Amino acid sequence: MSPIYHCRGLAHTYDTTEVLRLDQVEFRTGEFAAIVGPNGAGKSTLLTILAGLRPDYQGECLLEGREVRQWGRRELTRLVSFLPQKIDLAFPFTARQVVFMGRTPHCDGLYDTPEDAAAVDEAMRLTDTLEFQERDYRSLSGGERQRVMVAAALAQGGRVLLLDEPATFLDLKHQLAIYRLLRELAAQGRAVIAVTHDLNLAAASAHRMLVLYHGKAVADGEPRAAMSGDVLRCVFEVEPDEVPWIAHG
Amino acid sequence: MRTDKSALAGPVGLALAALVVVLAVTPLIGSASVDFAAAWQGVSPHKEILFAARLPRVLLAALAGGALALAGLLFQALVRDSLADPYTLGVSAGASLGAVLAICLRLNMLVGMPAVGAAALLGASTVLMLVMGLASRGRRMSSFTLLLAGVTMNSLSIAVILFLHNLADFGQSFAIVRWLMGGIEAEEYSTVAVLAVVILATAAYVFRQARVWNLLSVGEEWAEARGVAATRYLRLGFLAGSVLTALVTAFTGPIGFLGWIVPHALRLRYGADHRLLVPCAFLYGAAFLAVCDTVARTILAPTEIPVGVITAMVGGPFFLWLLGSRGRRVI
Repeated sequence: MSPIYHCRGLAHTYDTTEVLRLDQVEFRTGEFAAIVGPNGAGKSTLLTILAGLRPDYQGECLLEGREVRQWGRRELTRLVSFLPQKIDLAFPFTARQVVFMGRTPHCDGLYDTPEDAAAVDEAMRLTDTLEFQERDYRSLSGGERQRVMVAAALAQGGRVLLLDEPATFLDLKHQLAIYRLLRELAAQGRAVIAVTHDLNLAAASAHRMLVLYHGKAVADGEPRAAMSGDVLRCVFEVEPDEVPWIAHG
Repeated sequence: MRTDKSALAGPVGLALAALVVVLAVTPLIGSASVDFAAAWQGVSPHKEILFAARLPRVLLAALAGGALALAGLLFQALVRDSLADPYTLGVSAGASLGAVLAICLRLNMLVGMPAVGAAALLGASTVLMLVMGLASRGRRMSSFTLLLAGVTMNSLSIAVILFLHNLADFGQSFAIVRWLMGGIEAEEYSTVAVLAVVILATAAYVFRQARVWNLLSVGEEWAEARGVAATRYLRLGFLAGSVLTALVTAFTGPIGFLGWIVPHALRLRYGADHRLLVPCAFLYGAAFLAVCDTVARTILAPTEIPVGVITAMVGGPFFLWLLGSRGRRVI
């Protein structure tokens, strides 16, 4: 499939420190791509640039052939759902209200429509969150909150899903379920791009891994190929034999 | 549940009914007994007491209460801090500073208005501009810088007020303290009408944008990733809340507690959706202050108690009861 994102010479600088410089990277629909790398590698910066939240990037970042910063905000968020790592709520929103907020780019009036409700129901069913939908979001466990976040991104309904650590606080069952869901969503024709520290899950579920190190892409390809001995040694500072399930599949 | 018209109808209808009852009953209560039929037929002094003294005062109290509760709700959402109130972001201290300056300079009239009120509006606008300017960096503004700039301007204004108070003579000092206690007086109907138009129009705008306050009360990035221009609405929301606070403060002085407590009580009851909270905060805030002002002018009649004392003394225990009866729910 043709790429939905096309980045060339994409860079980002905080004050005077360059935190990201990518020569050429593309993302496609139908593909679940995991962005991995040690802390401070530029993973979240890349994700937020793709989400249109950092219009001050340098270089080229084309979404469907048009610079990300030139998209209207509403128009972009109908196509691209961005999921932050976590939210801190000061106020008593229910889980369902949080998911409903994902529908904002599709709403014109003050009230929620039956179509919005249907999209929310479907998103909550897929993430197994319906049973606590009326509970205060802040009273949920870390894992439940994260599933609600994923539901909010799904309810937004775009063809691109950008996720920052979507499964950090989940137990094994729900980690597997979320990654399976992400792979399935990609297979249905979405572009799914997730930043994660979990190499195991990423290697097992993603179609592709993009390895960032000091702001540069040092490996990009199928998980087995991307997780070469050199990458494991130089980037993650582990010997391949210490993590044979990643190194050898 | 989804939030549609029918979800709003019950709670908003109840709040509206409460306000109508309060507006109908409170003008009839007071130290002098008033006969409504006689007042309606124009019999003195019933007519004067009801229509010239009490009704405009009750209407002003209701407008002020609605505006303050709404401003408190909005500021809490914008800075994502449930301890914020209409006075947190400095606009009301700026109004007080303007008023105190007018008292110290012995001004009577200013730009064709009573000097104290006009100076209060000028003070509030000055602080508003300063906070907006200080909180913005280029084209961006964050709720955190807004909070910092607002709280600083608030403390600064209060410091200058204390300094001026220190320099004032006995008569001025009394006038300053009276102003800072806050209180509601009967105003001309024309004044009440102008206030009503501006306050209701601002409240209508705040209600129409209720979805945006929901998103901003979660976070600015959260709002932007859902297609909302966070900086723009942070500015507009701050402006709307400041207009409400400044107008009310210019006429009544600072009235504490209500702008903080009404939004909280409603969140405990109805949750965090601003589509429900905005109309309810306005209506219950209006009813609450009209009741408190009636208590303030009757309980020790003919002495009047500052209404801010009553809002705290009536509202405080009620809120503690609400807090105690919430069961296992988190606030």
